[in-house]
Amino acid sequence: MKKEDIPQDDGALNKLTKEVVYAVDQSGKYTTELSTGWEVKANALDLAWKDIGNRIEKARQQVLNREASPLLYFMELRLMDIGIVSAYTGFWKWTIRRHMKPGVFEKLPENKLQRYAEAFNVSLEELKSMNVHED
Amino acid sequence: MKTEFQHLQAAHCENGVTTNLLRAVGAHQLTEPLSFGIGSGLFFIYIPLLKINNGPAFAFRTMPGLIFKRTCKSLAIPVVRKKFSSREAAEQALEDCLRAGQPVGCQVGVYYLTYFPKEYRFHFNAHNLIVYGREEDQYLVSDPVMENVTSLSRYELERVRFAKGALAPRGQLYYPREKKIVTDDQLRSAIKSGIKRNVRDMLYIPGSIAGVKGIAYTGKKIKKWRDKLGPEKAGLYLAQLVRMQEEIGTGGGGFRYIYGAFLQEAYAFHPIDTLPEVSKMITEAGDLWRAAAVQAAGIYKGRIGSQADFDQMGDYLIKISGIEKEAFKTLAKINWKA
Repeated sequence: MKKEDIPQDDGALNKLTKEVVYAVDQSGKYTTELSTGWEVKANALDLAWKDIGNRIEKARQQVLNREASPLLYFMELRLMDIGIVSAYTGFWKWTIRRHMKPGVFEKLPENKLQRYAEAFNVSLEELKSMNVHED
Repeated sequence: MKTEFQHLQAAHCENGVTTNLLRAVGAHQLTEPLSFGIGSGLFFIYIPLLKINNGPAFAFRTMPGLIFKRTCKSLAIPVVRKKFSSREAAEQALEDCLRAGQPVGCQVGVYYLTYFPKEYRFHFNAHNLIVYGREEDQYLVSDPVMENVTSLSRYELERVRFAKGALAPRGQLYYPREKKIVTDDQLRSAIKSGIKRNVRDMLYIPGSIAGVKGIAYTGKKIKKWRDKLGPEKAGLYLAQLVRMQEEIGTGGGGFRYIYGAFLQEAYAFHPIDTLPEVSKMITEAGDLWRAAAVQAAGIYKGRIGSQADFDQMGDYLIKISGIEKEAFKTLAKINWKA
């Protein structure tokens, strides 16, 4: 890539910092330059977040239809998979799958719910109701 | 409490941490491209079965941690690397280092990395930063992908050091054990072994999913994605490819460009004409990675999306594979004694 071709588009990272990019100058020598971002990359990130948004909404509907417990919703909301939930809570994966059934979830004792609430960084009330107040 | 430390921004976090930590103990000649090349950082792997954020895993550089490890080893700099099961012990070890004037490299997860923009905060646990001091409750942090230094509170730092999931850092910290002046001769031989190891990783790694073979393999698979996955999922997979290619600050085949810069810098230590020539080939490969990313964006934005477009996408990768293969074969033929 030539130095003058370094993209200077808008990107999410732009709020935080410019990034270092390596490119060649007119004599063909490598040099570095700061870039504000690249549209192609910003679009890929946007698409990933759109997909996440869809997954969260789908999970919310499943919980409302009593096809899943709120754990599914929070798992999607926090971008986790069962492996990550397991690592944060200390529950086995199969236990978590069981807790994802609404009937089982509703009978869980408070101390177990607390472990989930901590992993998802929400209060017990929010965990049960799916009403999350984020900054 | 503040250690003597100079923050230099880098394109990639591990390169930056390696370069900045080693410069602080006496490897003054080190630059980001030299660290990347000596650590044999260039790589490719596609792991269809390993799912990250619901898409397949791609990597355009070597395993996290290896660049630091290999660079230190090649320069004969002894390394301390510790993991912790207890959070208290992890903080105590960090405090001890800072009190002794030693800046410390930390592996962290980015999900709770508060200064990162929300859009970048996935459960990715192999980010690297340097802690170089503490002022009351705030740890002073040099994150190499950022222009300026920043800080994290005790609680925030603890949370990212003990992020959970794949590649969980477990409080991991690392630093060079002693001050050491690195000679040009040492660098010369480190560059040579770095290139040889990278030739091995790119050309001779067994299996079909990694190295130059892996790039062509991925190209062939991409041509089938449209029929196999449907347009929507195929688009998401391509976006994943672009995101992994990019990471932060490695814009459009960025790792290829860093390697191109490395080969030019290597020429100052080994005046062999092959090095700048191969640098040009690697630059060409980087440009094609960028063009492939633009093609992918056309598909995932829905501007194009016919089978011919997927074929062209796959062909880019097959062509890149050919160029990188040729480049590393040329490097393999260098007669270092001459």
